[in-house]
Amino acid sequence: MTRKQRRLILIGSSLGVLAIAAALVLNSLSDSIVFFNSPTDIAEKHMAVGTRIRVGGLVKPGSVQRGENLNIRFEVTDGKSDVPVRYQGIVPDLFREGQGVVTEGKLEAGGIVADMVLAKHDERYMPREVVDALKKSGRWEEGAGQTSGGTPR
Amino acid sequence: MITELGHYALVLALALGLIQAVAPMIGAYTRDAALMRLANSTALMQFFFVAFAFVALTFCYVTSDFSVANVFENSHSMMPLIYKMSSVWGNHEGSMLLWVLILTVFGAMVAAFGANLPATLKAHVLAVQSWIACAFYLFILLTSNPFLRLSPVPFEGRDLNPILQDPGLAIHPPLLYLGYVGFSIAFSFAIAALIDGRIDAAWARWVRPWTLAAWTFLTLGIAMGSYWAYYTLGWGGFWFWDPVENASLMPWLAGTALLHSAVVMEKRNALKVWTILLAILTFSLSLIGTFLVRSGVLTSVHSFASDPTRGVFILIILVLFIGGSLSLFAWRAPLLKQGGLFAPISREGALVFNNLFLTTACLTVFVGTLYPLALEAFTGAKISVGAPFFNLTFGPLFVALMFVMPFGPLLAWKRGDIFGVAQRLMAAFGVGLVAVAATFAVKGGQALLAPFGIGLAFFVMAGSLVDLVERTALFRGPLATSRMRAAGLPRSVWGTAVAHFGIAVTLLGIVGAASWGTERILSLKPTQTVSLSGYELSFDGLAQRPGPNYQSQVATFTVRSGGVVVGVMEPSKRNFSSRSMTTNEAALLTRGVGQLYLSLGDAEPDGSLAIRVYYKPLVMLIWLGAVVMMLGGALSLSDRRLRVGAPKPAKKPATKPTLQPAE
Repeated sequence: MTRKQRRLILIGSSLGVLAIAAALVLNSLSDSIVFFNSPTDIAEKHMAVGTRIRVGGLVKPGSVQRGENLNIRFEVTDGKSDVPVRYQGIVPDLFREGQGVVTEGKLEAGGIVADMVLAKHDERYMPREVVDALKKSGRWEEGAGQTSGGTPR
Repeated sequence: MITELGHYALVLALALGLIQAVAPMIGAYTRDAALMRLANSTALMQFFFVAFAFVALTFCYVTSDFSVANVFENSHSMMPLIYKMSSVWGNHEGSMLLWVLILTVFGAMVAAFGANLPATLKAHVLAVQSWIACAFYLFILLTSNPFLRLSPVPFEGRDLNPILQDPGLAIHPPLLYLGYVGFSIAFSFAIAALIDGRIDAAWARWVRPWTLAAWTFLTLGIAMGSYWAYYTLGWGGFWFWDPVENASLMPWLAGTALLHSAVVMEKRNALKVWTILLAILTFSLSLIGTFLVRSGVLTSVHSFASDPTRGVFILIILVLFIGGSLSLFAWRAPLLKQGGLFAPISREGALVFNNLFLTTACLTVFVGTLYPLALEAFTGAKISVGAPFFNLTFGPLFVALMFVMPFGPLLAWKRGDIFGVAQRLMAAFGVGLVAVAATFAVKGGQALLAPFGIGLAFFVMAGSLVDLVERTALFRGPLATSRMRAAGLPRSVWGTAVAHFGIAVTLLGIVGAASWGTERILSLKPTQTVSLSGYELSFDGLAQRPGPNYQSQVATFTVRSGGVVVGVMEPSKRNFSSRSMTTNEAALLTRGVGQLYLSLGDAEPDGSLAIRVYYKPLVMLIWLGAVVMMLGGALSLSDRRLRVGAPKPAKKPATKPTLQPAE
């Protein structure tokens, strides 16, 4: 084999692997990405029932109801609109009324049936998605979730 | 006082860094040996000053000096000493200081142990190393200074994020940074080679040990992080495909590829340009990882605080270094001489295959991690790319890579015999098939792909041993001969076999934990029991226990298997009043290589307690495999050490005939 042929084999197989990878990536991107929405988006957009979505906002104070078998219902709000969420399982330690939360699940007629509820890792910070949702609805106070207190930065 | 000295030491390090960034290059250009040698002393002094700054900050933490803003923000006088020390890097500013400390450690090591490097190469390497250091000194001094004072002095600190108050914090970041930053050496060597316009097999021999060391640390660092996330987040998952995890996985994948392509370059003088490119890409991915984690682009447990100016600063560093190095590559690489020839079926060919799949796998992770950021920046749409994406893209590529892995070390250089190798791997195939059949027989078809995963793992494990068995003539002659041959084998052969064995062990753990793990989420009252995978857990009761800086609520469970008590599990929740935050401490009970995992949820209104119980068979193998991989790396490294900077001219006859291993 000449140098040229060998190089062709190398380049050919590289392109082959890249093509397979690209096919895999495109195929799974169309299937497995989830769009993030604020409660207002959901109220306004009229999305199809059964769509998988992510919603972020605050847990509406007074909306948390715990039922049998670790069932929990609560509402996610961005101050403008609310979305009811149903979830079965254990919510994170920092899940509290009035605190930021991100849930992911299926959109049903009566709200979202979540299979994932995330709260923040640290009481000083807010999930960025929640901050953006609140900013969009105009309920964000600058500095509310950030580190406070007279420290030089 | 010590605080100001630390600050001052960092400024001095910057001054030295600026000298080291320029002087050796001028020296190399004008052939001035004295100027080139200057870099040795400045590299050592930079390390000294940064180490001083680091010790100064540690001192502030240990003495709880809350006049320092950084200490006030991240420490508390009641914290145990080990967390006071580790919280030095449990925050943005301190972790960047650790980053440059490790960078200067590597620089100083090149200066100290690189005596046999050609003078101009060494001068260039140290200069490039210093460019990186200067960029990060400036970053720290201008945007993330850990030595700023507060006035008035607060009475008590605001405490470290309770999630970080864990022994994991003491180990995980230093190991990870040793890996990340260690790749900077490969990068500096690549840039130096491009500036020099000269590159040969010797270059690969100098670069290999550094890359290998960095890879070894990174492997352990990632595994440590994974185990930490596993036991601390309370979900029983070991890998979440979180962007921050991906940020550490990408340099690992590229670094693994670099490790293998450097072998081809060292042994066969081929793939030179590609190896240089990989060295640049690997460190670029480390920088991108630093950017993702440190800029606040992502919100996660790793991003301590977000400040836009920092993000922009790191982005500038990123653009300068990645853009600059790739431009230099585009300009100079065509000047490098072409390497040797080889047939597609050969050891080189197998290593090219390895590189192809590793870099492609790295690319898919890159796309999955950055696509959401890019999409949001350009269209404003927010998406999340989760585990399914990575399982469907990264998974198949890695499976193909694993399948070919045992073939590589058995193929001959230049031209290999694939059928011969397949024949030699028959036994390994057999082991794999038996494993598939046995798994089907025991577990049935409940997880259809799992038996094949197990079979693949056993095939790779057996396959990685085939080379050793053949070379030591085990089973073919007396045991004593085999032992002698085993002792005579180069350590790098052992290293390869052990590291390949390790990744198969990890695969075994992943398949086991993902396919046959069982899970129950329920609420229990005291004296009630729950059973799972043959274990019975009875809830004995709840108790309050005070900790040094928290109150913990401990639940006690007695675990029985077949009526016999096998252990007591005490999951707890810790309440940190200083931050009004609760952390979940899962209880783990290791049974063989499987684990029972128990974490607490909230107490229900009727007095019962929500719990999550998992049984994860084989799960320990995931991290054990990583430790085995690390051992493989260390074994290889111990071989390399004998030959670092290898091409010693055979001028003077050796006084003692040394055994030169045939490879």
